[in-house]
Amino acid sequence: MLDCTPKEIKERTGGVINPAKTCQPIGAMYAALGIHRCLPHSHGSQGCCSYHRMHLSRHFRDPIMASSSSFTEGSSVFGGGANLKTAIKNVFAIYNPDVMAVHTTCLSETIGDDLPTIIKGAEIPEGKVVIHANTPSYQGSHITGFSNMVKGMVNYLSTASLETKKEQVNIIPGFVNPGDMREIKRILKVMGIKFIMFPDTSGVVDSPMTGKYEMFPKGGTTLAELRDTGNSKVTIALGSYASGDAAYQLERKCQVQPLIIKTPIGIKASDEFLMALMNKFTVDIPPELAEERGQLVDIMTDTHFHFHGKKVAIFGDPDIVIAMTEFLLSLGMKPIHVLTGTPATGGAIGHTVGNFEQEVGEMLKQAGVAGRVKAAGDLFELHQWIKNEPVDLLIGNTYGKYIAKAEDIPFVRLGFPILDRSVHSYLPVVGYKGAMRLLEMISNALLDRADRDAKDQDFELVM
Amino acid sequence: MAINEKVLDEILSQYPTKVKKNRKKHIIIKDPNQARQEIEANTRTIPGIITNRGCAYAGCKGVVLGPLKDVVHITHGPIGCGYYSWLTRRNKAASSDPTKNFISYCFSTDMQESDIVFGGEKKLARMIDEVMEIFKPNAITISATCPVGLIGDDLGAVAKAAEQKHGITVMHFNCEGYKGVSQSAGHHIANNTLMERVIGAGELEAAPGRYPINILGEYNIGGDSWEIERILREIGYTVLSVMTGDGSYEELKNAHVAELNLVQCHRSINYIAEMLETKYGTPWLKVNFIGIQSTIDSLRNMAIYFGDPELTRRTEEVIAKELAEVEPVMEQYKKICQGKTAFCFVGGSRGHHYQGLFAELGMETVLAGYEFAHRDDYEGRDVLPQIKLDADNKNIPELHVEPDQRRFKLKVPRERMEELKKKIPLSYYAGMMVDMKGGHVVVDDLNHYETEQFIKLLKPDIFASGIKDKYVVQKMGIPAKQLHSYDYSGPYAGFKGAVKFAEDITMSFISPTWNFITPPWKNQPILEGEIVEGGCSTC
Repeated sequence: MLDCTPKEIKERTGGVINPAKTCQPIGAMYAALGIHRCLPHSHGSQGCCSYHRMHLSRHFRDPIMASSSSFTEGSSVFGGGANLKTAIKNVFAIYNPDVMAVHTTCLSETIGDDLPTIIKGAEIPEGKVVIHANTPSYQGSHITGFSNMVKGMVNYLSTASLETKKEQVNIIPGFVNPGDMREIKRILKVMGIKFIMFPDTSGVVDSPMTGKYEMFPKGGTTLAELRDTGNSKVTIALGSYASGDAAYQLERKCQVQPLIIKTPIGIKASDEFLMALMNKFTVDIPPELAEERGQLVDIMTDTHFHFHGKKVAIFGDPDIVIAMTEFLLSLGMKPIHVLTGTPATGGAIGHTVGNFEQEVGEMLKQAGVAGRVKAAGDLFELHQWIKNEPVDLLIGNTYGKYIAKAEDIPFVRLGFPILDRSVHSYLPVVGYKGAMRLLEMISNALLDRADRDAKDQDFELVM
Repeated sequence: MAINEKVLDEILSQYPTKVKKNRKKHIIIKDPNQARQEIEANTRTIPGIITNRGCAYAGCKGVVLGPLKDVVHITHGPIGCGYYSWLTRRNKAASSDPTKNFISYCFSTDMQESDIVFGGEKKLARMIDEVMEIFKPNAITISATCPVGLIGDDLGAVAKAAEQKHGITVMHFNCEGYKGVSQSAGHHIANNTLMERVIGAGELEAAPGRYPINILGEYNIGGDSWEIERILREIGYTVLSVMTGDGSYEELKNAHVAELNLVQCHRSINYIAEMLETKYGTPWLKVNFIGIQSTIDSLRNMAIYFGDPELTRRTEEVIAKELAEVEPVMEQYKKICQGKTAFCFVGGSRGHHYQGLFAELGMETVLAGYEFAHRDDYEGRDVLPQIKLDADNKNIPELHVEPDQRRFKLKVPRERMEELKKKIPLSYYAGMMVDMKGGHVVVDDLNHYETEQFIKLLKPDIFASGIKDKYVVQKMGIPAKQLHSYDYSGPYAGFKGAVKFAEDITMSFISPTWNFITPPWKNQPILEGEIVEGGCSTC
């Protein structure tokens, strides 16, 4: 497995081998699916749209709908305005969504298609909405694309229509699974705080089997809610890379106070999330959540000897990896290789949304862990790091399984995409509940290995 | 359940006028009384229609080039294209030298904004240098993506310079995603360069074994080609190369010494098949190793071609042995599948090939079609002279080859060739429609709206298509079988493959999970008690 990867590391500047990221539009497509009755639209040649739909379908095992402008060589030379106008007309006539959310590809971006002008000149039926975001694939990653589409929602829809702000919070959950969005909403309900979550893909990409196919399922943030985000008191952006930019934009446009915090993975980030809500809305932490936290700490204490001192390599999207690294440190583990494919700046133009290397580097330093941290890295390099300094556990998306097999490392699947296991997208990794689930996953991976490797006389009943 | 022109018209009436006019030409209800029915195919996709189609890059790098295992395939573009074509098609490959098998790697120049602005040629050249230093592949391909054509990167120049610098073959493919109207353009682009640069580049002048053949248009999805090769080797054939499943640059180089080329996927490889005939005098035979009967027919046709009694005897021996193994097993599956109906909508060849296998299970394919096939795949190669290239397809280069002065050899004398052509599909493909029954529907570039409508109308028992449709169809309570990825199963080709397919299809029908869709509170009486009002005449 991966027998062509040498141990010796040479500096490379020609590109990427085995990427730890993909391109913007898939993130924009995912974000757009989090709007109720929305059809994402890819303004480019149709290959992108098919690839993005396929990839999301494989991760969620659910229908992923999107249309394309289907550029030909002619439109690539003379501009794709006619294609987009035709597409808008056809989409509303045939599929009748309430919203079309248009994103771009490297093709239409390189050509320089002027989307606002094209959309203004298009036939849009009464009461229907077309929004857009520019998502050039040659900047940032899929996380940047998600961020850009959420920002597009703010640009087109968020409206400050009231004199005084409502006692409600906007939650931008970031590029996480519907299971995570459901868990975040549950926490808010238990806290008794009014909220608008956007985007919200729960009920869209984890829809139930009923025997009836719904092209536009029940889930998704409604247009009314999206407009009302301008009237909220605070926006909590979970994960600076995926959600920060839109929160700042909402501040600029509607004077909603932004608060950028970590994706609430692990105990500290979950605490931080609850504390932020508590402070902004002067509510008490309900006993239900306090009990969950206590259970989590109980498990951590009970099982710390499974984890302590174990070396970990972790890769994935920056918001998830930052929070997860923090959690690993809380468990006494040593995340010695930490890598994301997304560039440090996240790729957003004129705005630094985070600093992966600095943030993770700081955490490791404080914990006294000597580790390698890299943004804009690839899995080829991560594999070489592991060959040079082996680990006890690998955490990342499905592509990690090749390294795990090659180096015979226990492997925990986390993040996007997970193409070779099911259920993962339905259940949370965020909040205290999600942290318990992560603990179980890590424990199982490590202890299954211990069982597999044990000599008969060392095989334990109780562990 | 039957469909007629009127019903079809009702479906299409939901479309805007222009769309209706267009789509009408892509849908045919098979009428056995007509000698030939003309379908429109290989035309541009309607924007916003929700097509299943992909792009030329996918057809070139993803389908044809990608499976060549000893070659490093560099995607010159932003990260997505390389990423999405990384390990997602299940073209399996094994190598005796795993350090020369790059199948699980993804190489991309990961173009950034500065590369779009200032050009990406230098970065590409650096990537080639790094690949040479680290991997030392037998050859390198460079595949262009959408922005590359627009910014004017000269891939040919970079490839040529790299060849001089490193002394290996570096091929470039201008398969920008917007070329043509679908994956099909990419097949053509890949075929041209493989023919020009690889096939025939080897030293061999004679084949290293008896009955030397190539298998063309077979990508070893789920191990298909390994099962086909197993059977062929058992009969006594020498398989020189497979294009391109588990294929290699090293094998492809000597593909010119074959006595016969087998064509499994006509759409993707017919260009090379034709050019091999022109250049080296090697005829091609349309084969189909999907389905037991089709496999037997193909093997017998091959035996007829070689006309060697010993080979014929061996062919029948192997057929008999294989049949004895698979027939009893197929019987048990047939009992469950018998009488069921299927939709079969796959890329450019399986929409036809699997109909026979469904039929062997007692199932009828009531709707079939392709994403990107051309008219000849639907109507047969007779129609080729009538196909006019439209503006969208005109700029796909046509490669013209001449007979190789040194190596051209008529493998079969002309007279015998004509005799053979009457018996077997030699250098000929009759297309899909000829095998379909009256009333069955043929749809080109089926879209989401039509998928829903035809399912409502024809209520198939199973829908065979791809990943984008799968979960849509399953949500309706109808089993969906992926015939691109085989739902991570396979092989489905050859004798053993037919059994595996039958097993998988049967499983999808008899799985208990379908029984749980309706919750018990929905199909049982809600209230227990008596109905008082107006129900009972005796009270």
